[in-house]
Amino acid sequence: MKTASLLLVLLVPTLLQAADVSITLPPETGTYKSGPGVELATANCLMCHSTEYVASQPPMPRKFWEASVKKMKDKFGAPTPDDQVSALINYLTSTYGLPEK
Amino acid sequence: MDSPIPNRRQFLTQSVAALGAAVLGTQKVIAEDLVQLPFANGERKLVQFPQKRPLILLTHRPPQLETPFSVFNEGIITPNDAFFVRYHLSGIPLSINPETFRLSIKGLVEKPLSLSLEELRSGFENVEVIAVNQCSGNSRGFFKPRVGGGQLANGAMGNARWRGVRLKDLLERAGIQAGAKQLVVDGLDTPPTPKTPDFIKALELDHALDGEILLAFEMNGEPLPMLNGFPLRLVVPGYYGTYWIKHVHELTVVSDVFDGFYMNPAYRIPNTIGHCVEPGTTPKSTVPITRFNIRSFLTSLITGDQISSGKDTLLRGIAFDGGVGITEVLVSTDAGRTWKPAILGKDHGRYSFREWTLAWTPSQKGSVEIRCRAFNRLGESQPLEPLWNPSGYMRNVVESTEVTVA
Repeated sequence: MKTASLLLVLLVPTLLQAADVSITLPPETGTYKSGPGVELATANCLMCHSTEYVASQPPMPRKFWEASVKKMKDKFGAPTPDDQVSALINYLTSTYGLPEK
Repeated sequence: MDSPIPNRRQFLTQSVAALGAAVLGTQKVIAEDLVQLPFANGERKLVQFPQKRPLILLTHRPPQLETPFSVFNEGIITPNDAFFVRYHLSGIPLSINPETFRLSIKGLVEKPLSLSLEELRSGFENVEVIAVNQCSGNSRGFFKPRVGGGQLANGAMGNARWRGVRLKDLLERAGIQAGAKQLVVDGLDTPPTPKTPDFIKALELDHALDGEILLAFEMNGEPLPMLNGFPLRLVVPGYYGTYWIKHVHELTVVSDVFDGFYMNPAYRIPNTIGHCVEPGTTPKSTVPITRFNIRSFLTSLITGDQISSGKDTLLRGIAFDGGVGITEVLVSTDAGRTWKPAILGKDHGRYSFREWTLAWTPSQKGSVEIRCRAFNRLGESQPLEPLWNPSGYMRNVVESTEVTVA
């Protein structure tokens, strides 16, 4: 009886201490499609978001990818060096965009 | 219907799944379903995230998950494990201690507060509301011409019973100082780089104090799933999901208009009647998005379904708006030539999905186009032709479902 009360006293604070609520996300899959400049997408885009941000877009013209890269660089802090911007736009347009003539 | 994709809203293609997994490479091939949303580049995987059933994967990091449309025919309440998920920033909380978690209320207040979850629950009246949460960009994938952003079908919405405390009660306990104008709300999610804007939203103070907004700790009788904002999220009935901040930990009363990235330039709509512009053009001026417009859906049939001629068929669906209240749903089974009023289901409050049903016995064989159109207490309804804006927000056109009567 005494032991039981002692146990209870010892256990109560532990029971009251709520455990962390935790989740584990499923592993991320997917890489950028291969093509000239893929290393730029991997280096500049993947640090903030998974590939579907690009891959799920509808077929869009170059103008759209230009605006997207500019927005990511100017508004979201993508570290893309100025001299790599046009190569990255080329990659996105030719790999995920509307075919250009 | 001039969809470029086979006319079936979300057909499951088990056979393509193995191929998809093989191409993606990094995971071993497991039983994995694919869904085809009915627009170009609409193939999606069904992936199971924690506390969720397999949902339509829009993006993995940060997680964006869409509810398969069939869920909306299962009942007026969207189950927690099927409720859509939308984050903006990859720094999402994965572990939270409900004991040490604190909500702080600061800024232009008489008495700054730091409240534990227990203090929130026991120190303020607990209230409930059944309310729809809908992403501003729900249905963006249907825009013509297409626009950039999350390419969603109609599953970035859900209806839940939220339980929590009134934002008004919290703010009044802290005491609002003179000169206050807006309430700035921040959650625990963090930007991936120091230059990325944090996801922060602002509410007009009179809205924050109107008594309808909750800080909810329960959803459908259970603690919020982590991906829906555990342990506390803002519930802003009638307003688009962008205001429903998840993992809320900081409320700041400010004296001016908060102008963070997600208030300006993001989440803005044309300042025009109908919040639309000529397709493909840029609005002259914009305002922050606010309340839902009115929508309705047929849920019991999807495009491509086959039904029997001469057999009684119960058409069923849902309607909702930004809180005015649904008064009527009209249904057409002849592509909009004639309309019949549906029977409205139980009223769960003006922020909830409202069920509608209509008994129908198809008599003619062939292709039939079913449409539904909701009206609210103000007489507002849905446009017959889609409205367009460059961000792909607020789609509410009368939807069409094409079935075959055999």
